[in-house]
Amino acid sequence: MIRFILLQNRQGKTRLAKYYVPLEESEKHKVEYEVHRMVVNRDSKFTNFVEFRTHKVIYRRYAGLFFSLCVDITDNELAYLECIHLFVEILDHFFSNVCELDLVFNFHKVYLILDEFILAGELQETSKRAIIERMSELEKLD
Amino acid sequence: MEQLKTIGRELAMGSQGGFGQSKEFLDLVKSIGEARSKAEEDRIVLSEIDTLKRKLLEPDIPKRKMKEYIIRLVYIEMLGHDASFGYIHAVKMTHDDSLLLKRTGYLAVTLFLNEDHDLIILIVNTIQKDLRSDNYLVVCAALNAICRLINEETIPAVLPQVVELLNHGKEAVRKKAIMALHRFHRKSPSSVSHLISNFRKRLCDNDPGVMGATLCPLFDLVSEDVSSYKDLVSSFVSILKQVTERKLPKSYDYHQMPAPFIQIKLLKILALLGSGDKSASEIMYMVLGDLFRKCDSSTNIGNAILYECIRCISCIIPSPKLLEAAADAISKFLKSDSHNLKYMGIDGLGRLIKISPDIAEQHQLAVIDCLEDPDDTLKRKTFELLYKMTKSSNVEVIVDRMIDYMISINDNHYKTEIASRCVELAEQFAPSNQWFIQIMNKVFEHAGDLVNVKVAHNLMRLIAEGFGEEDDDADSKLRLSAVESYLQIISEPKLPSLFLQVISWVLGEYGTADGKYSASYITGKLCDVADAYSSDETVKGYAVSALMKIYAFEIASGRKVDVLPECQSLIEELLASHSTDLQQRAYELQALLSLDARAVESILPLDASCEDIEVDKDLSFLNGYIQQAIESGAQPYISERERSGMLETTDYHSQDHHEVPSHALRFEAYERPKPASVPTQASTELVPVPEPSYYREAHQPISTSSVSERESSDIKLRLDGVKQKWGRPSYQSSTSASSTPPQAANGTSSHPDVGVGSSSLKPRSSYESKKPEIDPEKQRLAASLFGGSSSSRSDRKSSSGGHKPAKGTANKPPKENPIPVQPPPDLLDFGEPTATSVTATDPFKELEGLMDSSSQDGGSTDVMGLYSDAAPVTTTTSVDSLLSELSDSSKGNPGIYQSQTSKGLNSKEALEKDALVRQMGVNPTSQNPTLFKDLLG
Repeated sequence: MIRFILLQNRQGKTRLAKYYVPLEESEKHKVEYEVHRMVVNRDSKFTNFVEFRTHKVIYRRYAGLFFSLCVDITDNELAYLECIHLFVEILDHFFSNVCELDLVFNFHKVYLILDEFILAGELQETSKRAIIERMSELEKLD
Repeated sequence: MEQLKTIGRELAMGSQGGFGQSKEFLDLVKSIGEARSKAEEDRIVLSEIDTLKRKLLEPDIPKRKMKEYIIRLVYIEMLGHDASFGYIHAVKMTHDDSLLLKRTGYLAVTLFLNEDHDLIILIVNTIQKDLRSDNYLVVCAALNAICRLINEETIPAVLPQVVELLNHGKEAVRKKAIMALHRFHRKSPSSVSHLISNFRKRLCDNDPGVMGATLCPLFDLVSEDVSSYKDLVSSFVSILKQVTERKLPKSYDYHQMPAPFIQIKLLKILALLGSGDKSASEIMYMVLGDLFRKCDSSTNIGNAILYECIRCISCIIPSPKLLEAAADAISKFLKSDSHNLKYMGIDGLGRLIKISPDIAEQHQLAVIDCLEDPDDTLKRKTFELLYKMTKSSNVEVIVDRMIDYMISINDNHYKTEIASRCVELAEQFAPSNQWFIQIMNKVFEHAGDLVNVKVAHNLMRLIAEGFGEEDDDADSKLRLSAVESYLQIISEPKLPSLFLQVISWVLGEYGTADGKYSASYITGKLCDVADAYSSDETVKGYAVSALMKIYAFEIASGRKVDVLPECQSLIEELLASHSTDLQQRAYELQALLSLDARAVESILPLDASCEDIEVDKDLSFLNGYIQQAIESGAQPYISERERSGMLETTDYHSQDHHEVPSHALRFEAYERPKPASVPTQASTELVPVPEPSYYREAHQPISTSSVSERESSDIKLRLDGVKQKWGRPSYQSSTSASSTPPQAANGTSSHPDVGVGSSSLKPRSSYESKKPEIDPEKQRLAASLFGGSSSSRSDRKSSSGGHKPAKGTANKPPKENPIPVQPPPDLLDFGEPTATSVTATDPFKELEGLMDSSSQDGGSTDVMGLYSDAAPVTTTTSVDSLLSELSDSSKGNPGIYQSQTSKGLNSKEALEKDALVRQMGVNPTSQNPTLFKDLLG
């Protein structure tokens, strides 16, 4: 199960944070700080997995942005690594060539996309097209 | 000129900014981006909070404005500030009729509120209403919120409606309803236990998305109760088969694998169902074999599926053919240059090793490379593997390595884990008592405060009871060596408390036992301990008890006791201690000193810690009294269990029942992972303790006495499983090599060099011919780690066939890779944008470069100039794409994702976007260079 998803830039600024388990505010800040510290200095050759307390963080870097997923210790690391990538592909599709600025200014839309992709800590839909179609229906409302 | 026009148009849009937000909001985001320090950022956010507080109170806020305020609240919260003053407005917004606002409201509350927040109660009603809505988008929004906000208490309020929605016409609704039920099941299994048939039905849903989502709850259900789902094995297998045969819509393909995420989920379920079930496993053979053939091992996702197959095979009862396929996949992983794949390979190895123990042998060098890798994640995984493959022949090397690593790290969580593993391995496989005590000393010294108290009790017990059942001589030798080592360590500064407790206890029991050390020497040391750790009451308590024992032994043996002056002053100090525990101990000690030899002997007999003390747990001596009371009209006692009407309380503690089937509140954050090794649930059951060997310790009022008693039952239980391995056989094998079975030929583990010599001689010659650069140090390590089995293997070979060298090389070549090949472009490594090829030009990067040069040059800050410079690049290539690196790396598979095909169009879009950003003031002019720095590093 996914515990949380974080998007952070290299300075550790949170661009998006979604928690699937209830955490206190202070705990969230601590988590964000710790995760950033863990992933930002890792050699690019190293594994994209880091143990984090009693779970593990799967992260992937795109330009200046780190996408981190905290999952159970028994989960399939590679699958979640690709799950991040699928998410980025969806974002890329939705924003047509996504850049960090898109995410900064449209973070609320990113949350909406995420809600179509992952729900209650599990992958809900893995078809890019299904998600994009749903989003375009929502977009029509704007 | 085109750009100028764009900018003009954007300017004309006025306050309504390009991204659908007002200028105010964009300014906020921009100024946050520009903030040079955390303090500055905080200042901006605080003033924004003030603004919002004011604005939210204004009457008649237009809806669009209101929506934006809420989004601004979300932004504030995301930056780590408290926006709770606005929560109520978000809640109100969920009541709005407009879907746009409703959705924003739901989004905000799911981000703001935890499921136990007071405001939830105001939303439940709205959710109920929205679930009935005709607009399926409203229903979806409500279901999204349910997945985050509904807790055990509110489940019943929405459950019937959610169940109804399982048959909704829109697949999106069915999917979300399934996920909501899945979430209910996690929160409170009993709430949905009657709905299991619904999940089964949804498995056959026409929409693959719904089917895929249904696998989530089914996985949980199956893992709780495998036997009820055996009938689904063939269904799952046939779904998996259909998926692999590309029967699902193409849109589920990911990097040319058909619905890989669904495949992985299915494999996880199959692993559960096939575990220990031959006939179920057999149904899976075919499809698993197909998967191994079909999976594209050049992509990550293909490897993810392969890895899941390996996991599945390690759970089910596999066929030899599948095992072989799994082993092949693992060796591919291990030979890869990608750390990720190596990691997966090591993990897979750890899983398969329990089925085919030989499998690690051919990868020994790869394993050692991983062990010495600077990447901690990989290293730890490798330690996990070593832990699984430890046997008496390699325990010393492995535990030494583990301890070295343990000393080198600061992460307490992992330190605890590795320390407990060291202890476990040492208990199981220790070749000698001295070694065991040495290892325990090291563990305690470096991770003492992290070690479970049980471990300390265990160690004390082992020293007290000895290892050989009848060999008193060996026992006393062991005790002596323990005492000696402790006397050496005791003067070191800052020992962990737990370790000092062990030391004190052992010195008290056995310090003077064989007469090597005088009572005054030992008591002096104990007083030093009590003195040096005067703030630690537990240690002091242990020290005083130890003093008492020493003096008791002296008195009992008729020697005259001279109480050291420092000891006398210690007693006096403790007589006035604030701690009643210490006070009592001091009084007891003082009283004891005045008793005669016979009395003392009966109070504290020598070496009585192993004596069995009968504990009458049923309190049968009270029976007469109870009988009398009942006869005179008292109510018979009803146990708490019967009173509360819950008869299966013991079940709650079994590991798989992580939920209490009642509607009690439950606020758990992270579930604790199941302990990897030690079965702890035993401790919760009230098993009569056959040998409460710490009774003497426990009855002295240590604050944790009840705990330690329970602990001792635990120790007892645990050791039973370990005993054979620990006890005689391995102990003997180290002392009398003649009796060892041939397989443990280098069970001459006390001289690892012999093992190295014999086992690595032949392999080494073959290495040298093929791969001269292998570090001999590594080979030694390999031999000592894998030596046991490899030597036995080569023995087997030499007896079967004559030409050893050929066989030796045939066995080894896979891992020989003479020239370290330049790693192929790592698919995962999107690390440095600069490392990618020219096609992936990042205009922001360029702008940054330009910006730099312009700031150096001083003058030329002409925005348009910059722009036209950048333009030629952007028209031909992808622009500011996070995925640009991706497109580079996936060149081999053209058309993998569609945005690639529409690049031409995108470049124009990107231009516009760029212009837009610029227009909003987010441009690399001298005004705000830090935003750019911030965004692109």
